[in-house]
Amino acid sequence: MTDFKIDMDRQITKIKAWLAAYDGPDISIMEVCGSHTAAISKYGISGLLSPRLHLISGPGCPVCVTPTAYIDRLLELSLEPGTTVVTFGDLMRVPGRARSLADARSEGAQVEMVYSPMDILRLVKEQPQRRFVFAAVGFETTTPVYAMLLEQLIEQKIENVQLLTALKTMPEVIAWLCENGSGIDGFLAPGHVAAVTGAKLFEPLAARYQVPFGVAGFEAKELLLAVYGTFRAAVRCREDRGRADVKNYYPSVVTHEGNELAQRIVDKYFEVSDAAWRGMGVIPASGRLLRAEYAGFDAGSASLIQDHRKNQACRCDQVLMGRCLPGDCPLFGTVCTPQNPQGACMVSEEGSCHQYLMYHRTR
Amino acid sequence: MKITMAHGSGGRATSDLIAEVFARAFDNPVLGAMEDAAVVPASARIAVTTDSFVVEPLEFPGGDIGRLAVCGTVNDLLMRGAAPQYLTCGFVLQEGLEIGLLQRIVDSFARTAREAGAQVVAGDTKVIEGRKEESGGLIINTAGVGFVPEGCEIGAAGAKAGDAILVSGNLGDHHAAILSRRFGIDNSIKSDCAPLGEMVQALLAQNIQVHCLRDVTRGGLATVLKELAERSGVTMELDEEALPVDAQVRDFCGLMGLDPLYMGNEGKLAAIVAAEDAARARDVLAGCAYGADAAVIGRVTDEAPGTAYIRTLIGGKRVLDVLYGEGLPRIC
Repeated sequence: MTDFKIDMDRQITKIKAWLAAYDGPDISIMEVCGSHTAAISKYGISGLLSPRLHLISGPGCPVCVTPTAYIDRLLELSLEPGTTVVTFGDLMRVPGRARSLADARSEGAQVEMVYSPMDILRLVKEQPQRRFVFAAVGFETTTPVYAMLLEQLIEQKIENVQLLTALKTMPEVIAWLCENGSGIDGFLAPGHVAAVTGAKLFEPLAARYQVPFGVAGFEAKELLLAVYGTFRAAVRCREDRGRADVKNYYPSVVTHEGNELAQRIVDKYFEVSDAAWRGMGVIPASGRLLRAEYAGFDAGSASLIQDHRKNQACRCDQVLMGRCLPGDCPLFGTVCTPQNPQGACMVSEEGSCHQYLMYHRTR
Repeated sequence: MKITMAHGSGGRATSDLIAEVFARAFDNPVLGAMEDAAVVPASARIAVTTDSFVVEPLEFPGGDIGRLAVCGTVNDLLMRGAAPQYLTCGFVLQEGLEIGLLQRIVDSFARTAREAGAQVVAGDTKVIEGRKEESGGLIINTAGVGFVPEGCEIGAAGAKAGDAILVSGNLGDHHAAILSRRFGIDNSIKSDCAPLGEMVQALLAQNIQVHCLRDVTRGGLATVLKELAERSGVTMELDEEALPVDAQVRDFCGLMGLDPLYMGNEGKLAAIVAAEDAARARDVLAGCAYGADAAVIGRVTDEAPGTAYIRTLIGGKRVLDVLYGEGLPRIC
């Protein structure tokens, strides 16, 4: 055990030396997942990189990519008599066209904050006469939990719960980024998503766009290892010395095939659909909607695509696409702060702008 | 039995409630005189503080709102080097509150005040209406008075480059305990809610050169140190490796996307002491009932006045600012 630790520490020292000394052409890696952006800030990883190496955060914070039409629909529902909207905490403060759920709550809207979608089963028992609408936002990681919730609702014959969904999937938005010239040389692939879908999800993308993917975990050392490995792979690809592929740096949790049980239950209840992404518009087949036979559980999720910019100078869309850093936005830290967010990336604690401001990141 | 509006009428129900629930628990000659105001002896320099307490649930693993109110108040006095002497309490009761629960909370308030060496010398109750879905609540407001020894100058502006930074134990316990209960997560995390008098008195008695003291409450250690850095015009530099965090709290934070550095405690202090006293200060804290996990966690420098940062496990550098937002659990 001790020997292993010494080996690991030596390896970390070598990795840090390479990352700091790199002097080749500029290389940009996108961390797609919001939790990775947060972990990179938290461990101070961006400060370990040579000025030629760039980490760019991508569209992987579910709250940040949700268009305002969705929030506005939730607001309407929360004000309907007899209806309670149930949501995760970080959706509360996201502004819709005019205000957020937190604003509406102070004006009498019925909004409950929960930690797990399953908590809704408790609420239903306490208030059987009310209608509950769950704000089902998320990526491949969270969708299986909503599917399990539906399974419970059907089994327990509960009819006063509906979902308002804004469910998204990763491969299509990554393809969109590759095709729309963001200049990304490699991707840190989201570990939690891959735990469900398997590392195989990213293989067609790596082959098609010739960019390497590193499936990464969230602990300091394993994340640093993935950052290093993906930069090295991107350098090799740039020099035409290697074929782009997918490397799994999170083998304790992620397998090649993923969690097939979770994949099956998702397919049972949800079908592939188009989805609207803040700043990028509708990307075909990049989301999930409830299948027609379960339409009774849907609170009107289709075609919530309109996206309203609260402040015309807000550059959230450019940040989400990796085209600029949060600090490049004229509103960053002055007009737009966590207390008075102008765009969603400043609201969510895992949003890029929030992270860059909170940790004083400039890169 | 439950609290009704009659308990706030000022009539018989009020005096019965005060006699049965409050007077018994707080029994002392000053309060027993039932005068409109307490007249008490004082010292040349007194410290005064006030605080209000709102927590859901009212009872939680490791404490309750009564213990919390006393700890929150006396700890603020202690952070100026004052010895807590007197407390007042205003109990705002919401219709529907179980009197049995109120009794437990008042008893806990009284017990904690005795532990902290403070006498409850004045009190008040009021009753407010409770609506059907929201009733049975309780808010406590306190004032605290402490005596400050001559020559004792502990304040937020006292940190100097070269000093050592200590924390008296594991970070985030109270916050994690409350969130766990609120979200119905099953674990054995307990609030660390405790009065810090023994620690402060031990530090002073052992002639440790204490330059700043702060209790680590809302906003967490990061917020406390950032504020001290600004007030003292110094840089706070922490080592992540040295930070004491309970394994269960660490896992809980990982799951919820929360950071122990930004989570509240109710029984921990951060101390800035002269470097040569650092090891001794740690031993003094660790010898106290609530200080078993005390640690030296960093140093004060003059690198960039007004800032705080932490050296991470992998040698990265992360700036610590005050808490933005509310520390809400994330989606995935």
